[in-house]
Amino acid sequence: MIAPEATADVAIIGGGLMGCSAAFFLAQRGLSVLLLETDKVGRQASGTNFGNVRRQGRPIFQLPLANRASRIWRQASELLGSDVEYLQNGHIRVCFRDRPENVGKMEEYAAQAREEGLDLELLSGNMLREKFPWLGPDVLAGSHSALDGHANPRLAAPAFARAAMKLGAQVVEDTKIVHAAKVGEDFVLEAEDGRRFRAPTLLVTAGAWAGKIVSQFGEPVKLTPRAPTMSVTEPVPYSILPAVGVMTPDEVETVYFRQVARGNIVLGGSLRAPSYPDEYRAYVMPENTMTQFQHLRRLAPALARLQVIRVWSGIEGYTDDALPVMGASDTVSGLFYAFGFSGSGFQIGPGVGETMAEIIATGTTDIPIEQYAIRRFREGG
Amino acid sequence: MSEKVVIVGAGPAGVRAAEALVRAGLRPIVIDEGTRSGGQIYRRQPEGFKRPYETLYGSEARRARSVHETFDALRPDIDYRPETLVWNVAEGHVWAARAGETEAIAYDRLIVCSGATDRLAPVPGWQLAGCYSLGGSQVALKAQACSIGGEVVFMGTGPLLYYVASQYVKAGANVAAVLDTSPFAGRVKALPKLTEQPDLLWQGMKLTFGLKRAGVTVLSGVTPVEISGDSEIGVSGVTVRTASGTLSRFACDAVAMGWHLRPETQIADLARASFSFDLRTRQWLPEIDGDGRALVPGLYLAGDGAKILGARSAEVTGELAAIAALADMGHAIDKDRRRHLRAMRARYVRFAEGLAEAFPWPHQFVADTADSTVVCRCEGVTAGTLRASVSEAFATETNRAKSFSRVGMGRCQGRYCGNASAEIVSALRGEPVECSGRLRGQAPVKPIPVATARTDA
Repeated sequence: MIAPEATADVAIIGGGLMGCSAAFFLAQRGLSVLLLETDKVGRQASGTNFGNVRRQGRPIFQLPLANRASRIWRQASELLGSDVEYLQNGHIRVCFRDRPENVGKMEEYAAQAREEGLDLELLSGNMLREKFPWLGPDVLAGSHSALDGHANPRLAAPAFARAAMKLGAQVVEDTKIVHAAKVGEDFVLEAEDGRRFRAPTLLVTAGAWAGKIVSQFGEPVKLTPRAPTMSVTEPVPYSILPAVGVMTPDEVETVYFRQVARGNIVLGGSLRAPSYPDEYRAYVMPENTMTQFQHLRRLAPALARLQVIRVWSGIEGYTDDALPVMGASDTVSGLFYAFGFSGSGFQIGPGVGETMAEIIATGTTDIPIEQYAIRRFREGG
Repeated sequence: MSEKVVIVGAGPAGVRAAEALVRAGLRPIVIDEGTRSGGQIYRRQPEGFKRPYETLYGSEARRARSVHETFDALRPDIDYRPETLVWNVAEGHVWAARAGETEAIAYDRLIVCSGATDRLAPVPGWQLAGCYSLGGSQVALKAQACSIGGEVVFMGTGPLLYYVASQYVKAGANVAAVLDTSPFAGRVKALPKLTEQPDLLWQGMKLTFGLKRAGVTVLSGVTPVEISGDSEIGVSGVTVRTASGTLSRFACDAVAMGWHLRPETQIADLARASFSFDLRTRQWLPEIDGDGRALVPGLYLAGDGAKILGARSAEVTGELAAIAALADMGHAIDKDRRRHLRAMRARYVRFAEGLAEAFPWPHQFVADTADSTVVCRCEGVTAGTLRASVSEAFATETNRAKSFSRVGMGRCQGRYCGNASAEIVSALRGEPVECSGRLRGQAPVKPIPVATARTDA
């Protein structure tokens, strides 16, 4: 007996923030959507990341996409009908005293960013400490982006999925797609348990798991699965408004933190661990927790007295150039990609979803995405 | 043989494990969160306190003394690390923290004797000041000779309920009532299994008679209705529905609560032990063989941290785990001794099954709790919010419900709300409780300060 097939205008493999927001914006455009998720929506990179809604520090050519995403974040709660705890309290990017060369880089970045509509205010260490007295003496200077902020990653992707469902999208969890192929005009997707799904358009938003699917279409991309080092403190009175991060070329120093309205301080950064997509496991390495604490004490010595109550991680997919794959397939018509966000996808996520929906529905977008084309990974370049 | 063995915990299981290893010529590292060994049940009073064993440990005085004396004699032959928290386990190392410093301690064999904490059920009002766990109220008495209040109600179920209430009476505290949610009939039905340990059964009966003789109201088969009071004064009374259906209120200024015990399995979890659901106690337990071997090579679990079998059994399973580790390292072992210990363990298992029948976890009461009841005290989350994570946000199991509602996300990391959360989520979904999953353990095992720095790097 042939198993019954579910069908839709667009099938999406991968229920992270990219897939869930794409499902929502596609449904908003009146397309029928099938969102297929191996586990639960938004549980890995999308649900376990730091929650930075940060534009500054992104490549300048990415800012139009980031700006689009910012507009969505600002209205997310009304748009989705549920609170994703978006707080637009600003973002500060600082550099340490032993890396004075970063000040010039910050100035240069701010000048370019202004052209793209992102206003950054450069502040000396002392000016910063006057405004934010919890910053440490090691902070040399910083760049303040008033219109950035942070949100709750545990809530965001599931909120997009639920909003998409309200618009008629079918969200199918606990469904691992093991085989994907284009048969005639349609993509036929087969789940591990034999269920089949069919759609004329396919969007792959499968994060660290995307590699296996895209290679079935002859466009292999190397993805390295990594696991961020995350921690959270006990709650303390709410007083730290902006999200704060360190600009440094040395991954071990890249610490960042934010305080949520409940009062807990969420920490991220320092070295990432390997992760295991096939087993669906990611572990926090204790030595990374320790270097994270060490550099956090440099950034904000006052936080040393807080207790960390939990650490966690998730599975992120990194490309070799740390840029995502986003746009149409180079070989198969009707096939689209948005994956490999390399640990920097949360802020732009809703913008990616809206842009992919726009490309799928209209065939074009004004957002520059040529840098993300999958063809850059083609053998021989 | 220079294999490094690390024992976590210095209660009855950890001490007996260390004793067996030292006897075989090893020098184990013993990491203890406490200051003076003994664990929770045989907690030692601070230096300078001079209450006799009989006062502190009652019928278990002889055993407590033996565990303490064994440990004291072992001291020169072990590497003892008191006041030290194992906060993570990774790649053959335990991460131990003491006074703001941490180091990674390598092991070839890890014997985890992490003990148990009270299993708590949410009762309306249990977030008020003056509500304690049974274990907490016992610590106050044992360590510091303090009562948790001037007029104390004991509520819950299990042998510890009667034991601690009796200790309070003996210490001269006013015990307003002992309120057991288990029906008396269940205890009668469990008698055949409880006779496995006739003296413990007799001790239990004596405790109940003693409480009644002291004029304490002892009720069975009650349903808790409310702990009343306010945020200014804390607890002012406890109301229950009695077995006959009438409402009874007991004025008090403190409540000690516990529904038997739950194993502390975080370290086993971080060491990547596998878990299975124990339907009898409605808890997830790490999977071990009869000697305490986990499925992860080199990992052994003993005492109440592996399965709630009581303090006497902990001495047996601690030694068994050490013998298993010795056997796995190629040491010759005393097989007669092992046979004897295994037989003893089997009897404690049967006795524990009797206790689980006699003092069941009131899962229906927990599942039925009102939407307004606070389930997660750390985060102040109500049953209504937890249920909304299922009915409105489509959480299908307890980790997902935690992610959406914050139940289990606070300081205790689900120790005191995890069992209840699973019952509420599964009842709402109309599924058996095991379908609502197990809250995954995450480091740190207990909170550690951001100030924590490595001493070994």
